[in-house]
Amino acid sequence: MTTLLTGAAVLGGEPRDLAIEDGVLVDPSAIDRDRAEVIDASGLVALPGLVDLHTHLRQPGGEQAETVASGVRAAAAGGFTCVFAMANTNPVADTPAVVEQVHRLGLEAGLATVRPIGAVTVGLAGERLADMTMLARSAARVTVFSDDGHCVHDAELMRRALEHAAALDAVVAQHAQDPALTRGAVMHEGPLSAELGLGGWPAVAEASIVARDAMLAELAGARLHVCHVSTAETVEVVRAAKARGARITAEVAPHHLLLTEELVRSYDARFKVNPPLRTDADVRALREALADGTIDIVATDHAPHAPEAKLAAFADASFGMVGLETALQVVQMACVETGLMDWAGVARAMSTAPAEIGREPGYDAPLAIGSPAHVVLVDPAARAVVEERHLKGRSANSPYLGRELPGRVLHVWHGGRRTLAAGEIVTGEIVTEEVGR
Amino acid sequence: MRHLLTASMPRDEAVALLDLAEDMHQIQDRELKKLPALRGRTVVNLFFEDSTRTRSSFEIAGKWLSADVINVSGKGSSVSKGESLRDTGLTIAAMGVDGVVVRSGASGAPALLADWIGRPVVNAGDGTHEHPTQALLDAFALRRRIHGDAARGKALDGVRVAIVGDIAHSRVARSNALLLPALGAEVTLVGPPPLLPPAASDGTRLGVRAEPSLDRVIDERPDAMMLLRVQLERQAGKVAPSAAEYITGWSLTDERLARLGDAHLLHPGPMNRGLELSSRAADSDRSAILEQVTAGVSVRMAVLYALLASDHPAPDHASSVSGGAR
Ligand SMILES: [Zn+2]
Repeated sequence: MTTLLTGAAVLGGEPRDLAIEDGVLVDPSAIDRDRAEVIDASGLVALPGLVDLHTHLRQPGGEQAETVASGVRAAAAGGFTCVFAMANTNPVADTPAVVEQVHRLGLEAGLATVRPIGAVTVGLAGERLADMTMLARSAARVTVFSDDGHCVHDAELMRRALEHAAALDAVVAQHAQDPALTRGAVMHEGPLSAELGLGGWPAVAEASIVARDAMLAELAGARLHVCHVSTAETVEVVRAAKARGARITAEVAPHHLLLTEELVRSYDARFKVNPPLRTDADVRALREALADGTIDIVATDHAPHAPEAKLAAFADASFGMVGLETALQVVQMACVETGLMDWAGVARAMSTAPAEIGREPGYDAPLAIGSPAHVVLVDPAARAVVEERHLKGRSANSPYLGRELPGRVLHVWHGGRRTLAAGEIVTGEIVTEEVGR
Repeated sequence: MRHLLTASMPRDEAVALLDLAEDMHQIQDRELKKLPALRGRTVVNLFFEDSTRTRSSFEIAGKWLSADVINVSGKGSSVSKGESLRDTGLTIAAMGVDGVVVRSGASGAPALLADWIGRPVVNAGDGTHEHPTQALLDAFALRRRIHGDAARGKALDGVRVAIVGDIAHSRVARSNALLLPALGAEVTLVGPPPLLPPAASDGTRLGVRAEPSLDRVIDERPDAMMLLRVQLERQAGKVAPSAAEYITGWSLTDERLARLGDAHLLHPGPMNRGLELSSRAADSDRSAILEQVTAGVSVRMAVLYALLASDHPAPDHASSVSGGAR
């Protein structure tokens, strides 16, 4: 089976053809064009399959909100071909049995590669280290460890986790939130939280943990990854740590690139997320940091919730937003249309760099001949109001419903297999082998 | 006005409500206190949080307007059995009630209910957000103190009010910081620094001036001082100071009372004598504390009337009510 994509703006560059054969990108001049399926890609941008280092798939334990199978549908709809599944499931992904279950569910679901993240501490309780080496050596090959949802706030535990990670060439992804400074916190701390009478989450609660962790990572000679950087203060801390030579990478969530705390005025819990939506100045600083490489990647923090979790008073509702389906659109709006980034930069921040951090092979030479055919075709000229029907996961807690976003992900290939065609999920045979390795 | 969710309102609207409350105030002197204005209307007091004082005040206000008043408390109801806020609201709306008075521990809950149920909603205190009828009754009591029987039509221009206590967690402070400046008053917030809300870039807090030193504020001789109820058990030793520390810095002691001169004293109740203010202060002729309680019924009658009477009251309609009351 050969597929020919004609006239695509590859990484936003001059139009040229791409060819997919046997799961791999091949030289388009060397194929038998008469036998190829031809897709007219003129006007479309070709990107490598996107990689999300921060996805909550909720299975096991939260299947009413999302499953691995429904989560990879959301992923495919958003142009993702690989997602790293966070460990805060029930039971927690702190044993080989759980990560291997998630890994297997991912293989059964197809559509995208699912890479389980292992917990740093048992039960995410922040008291004892999980068996990190066993998780790394399991069939799920864990390369990213995180207690996301909770901060590993005990400095010694964090130090020891980093030491293990260094030996495993794994990375510790920290949810940076000083718990003592954020008791009862549900929104950004500032004049608006005072006005709304909602518990404030001060910026320093993030930046202070990142400063400490960067020093611990240097001490351990380990790689540290900072989840969902949300403030200008943290950007400065990351910048300084990188300048010192610390092995630190950082991510920003799409919503922190576009939305501000002003949305909380409605008390609509769709806008409740952790870390919270911040100020205009933070949004500007985060966009610039992503563009200049201080922040390495965009990661969705896709956090599905059943409707009842959001139909409550703001303080009582759950934190989190779905984000896989809309991430690329938001980045286009916040960073491409503002002139801060080009499509090659988007490919780096949403595919090459996250794959590198998560040690996922096959993404290091985006859209190059010989690489696994993880390909996304995007129509950058489309604009549409986000509706529930655009959300392909199980939950609809999107902050963008009713808001117009640019761009449309039209076609996706995962290891040469079509997962999205004209914006619709392609459900096909169950893939029992790992794709694209 | 479709709902009363906040004390943030234009000056004219606030003065009109206070004038309507003046009309309601008159009937409290009558032997037969009932007006027929809300006959056949049903008001539900939906209290997710205990507050006998506020609930009783709304209940009396509704009954004196001839409304049927039903109390639904959070405890022992479906509310405490995990029913969502939205389902509770929709269930009550489906019973055909005309208005809902909501007290909730969650900031913003009345605003969400107002969106969801399509009936007039009165915020009777939500979390650490607002308590608009309390601010209205404070303004009403203060206006009467200053202008007496000639209060109608007047605002609080140039009146300097200090609000003292746990500002950060006080819905009373928040609503007063919105309402009193709209009426022309100058508000200063006073309290231990950890109990003051975050400052804006211009240094204001909740849009008004804040000052940690009560003694400095007393030296400025404010026209009125509002002492808030202080709950020192809230994160004691971290956020809240000890009682001894609070009294040293922020209690209206006899000594401070003497220096304060003839400022009017307000307290939303219930009082902790000896902590927020001395007994001498509470019982002095400067204290408007019992007048506030009376004002509460008048103001809540005005609010229920404005929201639920069949024709929405223009100020001239309001005076026709007072005509009936005299
Ligand atoms: Zn997190």
